[in-house]
Amino acid sequence: MNSSIALSVEDLSFSYGGKKALTQVNFKIQPGECTVLLGPNGAGKSTLFSLITRLYDTRDGSIELCGFDIKRQTLLALAKLGVVFQQTTLDMDLSVMQNLRYHTSLHGMGRKQAEQRIQQELERLHMYDRRFEKVRQLNGGHRRRVEIARALLHKPSVLLLDEPTVGLDVPSRLSIVEYVHQLAVEENLAVLWASHLIDEIYPDDHLIVLDKGQVKANGTVDEVLKITSTPTIKDAFYTLTQGGQG
Amino acid sequence: MKLLHYWRAMWGIIWRELWRFVTQRERFISALVRPLVWLFVFAAGFRAALGLAITPPYETYILYEVYITPGLIGMIQLFNGMQSSLSMVYDREMGSMRILMVCPLPRWFLLLSKLLAGTGVSVLQAYVFLAIAWFYDIQAPWQGYLWILPALLLSGLMLGALGLLLSSFIKQLENFAGVMNFVIFPMFFMSTALYPLWKIKESSALLYNLAQYNPFSQAVELIRFALYGQFNQHAFIYTLVAFIVFMAAAIIGYNPSKGMMVRKGGA
Repeated sequence: MNSSIALSVEDLSFSYGGKKALTQVNFKIQPGECTVLLGPNGAGKSTLFSLITRLYDTRDGSIELCGFDIKRQTLLALAKLGVVFQQTTLDMDLSVMQNLRYHTSLHGMGRKQAEQRIQQELERLHMYDRRFEKVRQLNGGHRRRVEIARALLHKPSVLLLDEPTVGLDVPSRLSIVEYVHQLAVEENLAVLWASHLIDEIYPDDHLIVLDKGQVKANGTVDEVLKITSTPTIKDAFYTLTQGGQG
Repeated sequence: MKLLHYWRAMWGIIWRELWRFVTQRERFISALVRPLVWLFVFAAGFRAALGLAITPPYETYILYEVYITPGLIGMIQLFNGMQSSLSMVYDREMGSMRILMVCPLPRWFLLLSKLLAGTGVSVLQAYVFLAIAWFYDIQAPWQGYLWILPALLLSGLMLGALGLLLSSFIKQLENFAGVMNFVIFPMFFMSTALYPLWKIKESSALLYNLAQYNPFSQAVELIRFALYGQFNQHAFIYTLVAFIVFMAAAIIGYNPSKGMMVRKGGA
């Protein structure tokens, strides 16, 4: 077990019936690092997330979270994981507080500890005053903030975000992007952020470009620019995905 | 500590389901209206057409409304079980099922907790129905109202497990209409909920056999006997075995390495 690696994906392949969705995917993510998984629609990002979260079974290759194999040590591995899915997964008819309490109970947290953690996470996102409001009353940006707070309640080591800013206005998008980058550094959190939006990438980020189920580039922003001999991420992405959408 | 984690998670799941049920007033009312219409309208009209012989657990001639009451309680639980499965499909489509599935607890335990939560709701509905029936002069011995609780729990679990199993096969919410036509209605009508077995036998041997082996019939008989303070061992074992089979199949259905989830491309 290598403790400096938060998430390790090795030789991962996956097919839906006869259709290949991922082919020999390899990468590693370290704590305190924000990794952007960039790929056009249909590149295999959501499939990869479903495999990391064990919604799908890993048949070829392996995935380890903080040294725990997702297939053999599922519960230990999942305990290290916080997830924000692409679709909202909050219960609209419950209040913010009730949604978060539900999550803390699923993670076995006692009442006192749960209240404390909920307060901490909501205050960081300036949402504590709105804790008794029903989720239905919140706008898209605020719902996303609640989902991020929820994903962090049990203090995970790895945070997965599957295109969390889709459908949000520009200010909400920017504030979430900034907050997550800040989290990675302050909390020493390993972040894997799936996106197809190039402006969400910071210069210090680690970048993985996925296209048609294959890793086309894996390195720092500078390294990817160097490999592709392009001046901008947009050009690099275009070169690597041969004109894929982005 | 681990045990405490399991307890907190199970309570969290049950609380969420009960809270949703209590706050969704329309759901509560519509769940009651269906059996009450059957009781007040169908049974009242049918009373004259159907003569009932004295059969256990009844010790005297009874009105048709009295006969049909355990069947209608079964109906409440059958619909509730299917409603839970509908909500599982909805949760899966909407994504909230994912939050449950990625928490660090075994999947079988999460499914069992979901099932217990749904059963709790159906037991609540059944008691409210029994209270209304009591005012309509359908009254069982007081002990029956206690004995019926374990029977309701088992029958609720069995029908809920069936719903859970179905939800692992249903890809989209739209397909749920098929469940209504191919599962709920045949199960309900080919059972002892509306007519006793001997009456069915008089009209069709095939229907008689289908009704006899229908697990819903057994659940209804378990409830019927329990309401009169009696234990129907055959119905109990049959319902218990059906619950174990449905539950095991549902767990396999939701297992990422063996079940339907991969083929369906959703969780």
